Amino acid sequence: MSGDSSFLAQPGRRAAIPIMVLLLLGFVAPLLAVVGFSFMPPRTFGLWHEPSLENYERIFSDNTYVSLLWSLGLASLTVVLLALICYPVAYGLVRVFGRWSTALTLLFTIPLIVSENIRLYGWVLFFIKGGVLPGTLKALFGVEMGDFLFTPAAVLFGMVYVYLPFMLFPMTLGIAMVPNQMREAARDLGASRWQVFREVELPLSTPGLMIGSLLTFVLAVGAIAEAKVLGGQRIIPITHDIEIAFTYAQNWPLGAALAVLLMLVVSVLVLTVLKRFDLDQILGKR
Amino acid sequence: MSKPILQLKNVRKAFGTLAAVDDVNLSIGEGEFFTIVGPSGSGKTTLIRMLAGMEKPTSGDILLHDKRINDTPANERPTCMVFQSLALFPHRTVGQNIEFALKIRNVDPAVREKRARELMQQLHLPADYYSKNVTLCSGGERQRVALARALAFDPQILFFDEPLSAIDYKLRKTLEKELKDIHRETGKTFVYITHSLEEAMVMSDRIGVMRRGKLIQVGSPNEIYSTPRSRFVSEFMGDVNVIPVEANGAGSVRSQSLGASFKVLANSVEAKAQCLVVRPEFLRFLDTPADAQNSLRGILYNEYALGSRIQYQVRVGEKVFLVEKLRQQPFKGKLDDEVLIGWDPENAILVADE
Repeated sequence: MSGDSSFLAQPGRRAAIPIMVLLLLGFVAPLLAVVGFSFMPPRTFGLWHEPSLENYERIFSDNTYVSLLWSLGLASLTVVLLALICYPVAYGLVRVFGRWSTALTLLFTIPLIVSENIRLYGWVLFFIKGGVLPGTLKALFGVEMGDFLFTPAAVLFGMVYVYLPFMLFPMTLGIAMVPNQMREAARDLGASRWQVFREVELPLSTPGLMIGSLLTFVLAVGAIAEAKVLGGQRIIPITHDIEIAFTYAQNWPLGAALAVLLMLVVSVLVLTVLKRFDLDQILGKR
Repeated sequence: MSKPILQLKNVRKAFGTLAAVDDVNLSIGEGEFFTIVGPSGSGKTTLIRMLAGMEKPTSGDILLHDKRINDTPANERPTCMVFQSLALFPHRTVGQNIEFALKIRNVDPAVREKRARELMQQLHLPADYYSKNVTLCSGGERQRVALARALAFDPQILFFDEPLSAIDYKLRKTLEKELKDIHRETGKTFVYITHSLEEAMVMSDRIGVMRRGKLIQVGSPNEIYSTPRSRFVSEFMGDVNVIPVEANGAGSVRSQSLGASFKVLANSVEAKAQCLVVRPEFLRFLDTPADAQNSLRGILYNEYALGSRIQYQVRVGEKVFLVEKLRQQPFKGKLDDEVLIGWDPENAILVADE
């Protein structure tokens, strides 16, 4: 391309204008607005005040960062638990269950049709004192179940439950993408079943694991309903703080600062992971 | 043939009601380069998968050094396979791919690397490829890596499942020759599968032809080429002229469609349906009918330059005959000329019409 031609000289760029405008208005502008608000004085509603770092100072002088840590901690735990739970299930769906796989996949998919909140309230009824599980245990075995509902463990349970499909399906795909001949070749070269798994199947299915982990992590960091419903607000995740700042507290700049902080932390984490694990290289495509 | 290393006894493999491999008996000698040829769907891949331990025979026995190995899994057999897809590990370097079998056996890393580098040299792979990502290698290089990986295993038998089928002609020819060299250098038993007769002819000590799950003829390349037992084998082995004939007394057969009788070698005539097979290079243009014992009159219909040879189509009635001659042999026939073609009985064979 010659240096003096104007930006719009190329037809491709002209054709891209509508979608660029849409993306600028729909994605970039709101993002910039949020970033802008985060530098405004507390409890103001305009973008044209003197910028200040007051909101960020407050986050760290207050203990608001604790909710950020809760969110990140719960999300990380969720990802680890999901990876441990889903790998065997995904492996089974692809390699073991055969024609039952379709039915099982449906079982994992159907709950997605029901709203997340309703499903979580269902679990409340299941775990609540005298609810389905404790009630049954007491009636049948006379066992008194300790408090589970409204604990951090219940929140974690809810998150693992809600985000399971988002880990399971990328993983299933990842495992299915390992060519059969690759496994046969490894076995033919003397590898035991375990060695085939360790040397070939696991490394070649990591893209599925990575994509599932990133997806569930980003979703779980933004989770709010689990803490509200199953955690009984004992834990306040960062998303809850943001919601309160924008609604009840009417402190948009503080909410914006929290949102920006969350975005920064998540992006840095995700980009670090993506940089460390080159998906293309794992997949053998360049 | 040398001492048998691998024996197949009535081996059969059925998928549902379909017998992919049907009652195959075969003995492969130690150090032999044996090729199984057949069209797609003839069961050759199923057969080699059973030999390598990736499928179990439905019935029959597979013996390695006289020991039954039907139920021995692939990883416990002293054999190794080069796959059609090559199945190289994309997350490993060239060196790591070659060393895989040694790593599985917990061989010391320094010893592994030494062996891998030896093999790379033997297979003409540049030394700096050792740490190259295997996905960045070209098609021919990947073939060599796959072969090196299998050789590093130090198998007693090496199986090949059409590894060269996706390679362009020139490179394939080079690799065929290299493979034959490797066979000589290592002295190992090679069992090779292909649908290409040309490939089989170039490399093999013996060839087995498969059709519909059955091994229909086994012999040296020369035997398969010059004395095919059936119409199928003769046609599979390249361009041939096949004339359905019936017995017509001793030393003679008659073709209904051509309305002509041909002299044949007396001992080959049988009562069942037979075909007379004449290869294009044994058919020649005649000046007078007396120049050969069998002759036919036809129209020169078309000609194709095949490089060192020229192939002509000669139309006799409804039937088109192929005639080949060397480029340097004189011939002044032109298209649409009436020509006389002929052959002698010793250059034609009678085969079963199946």
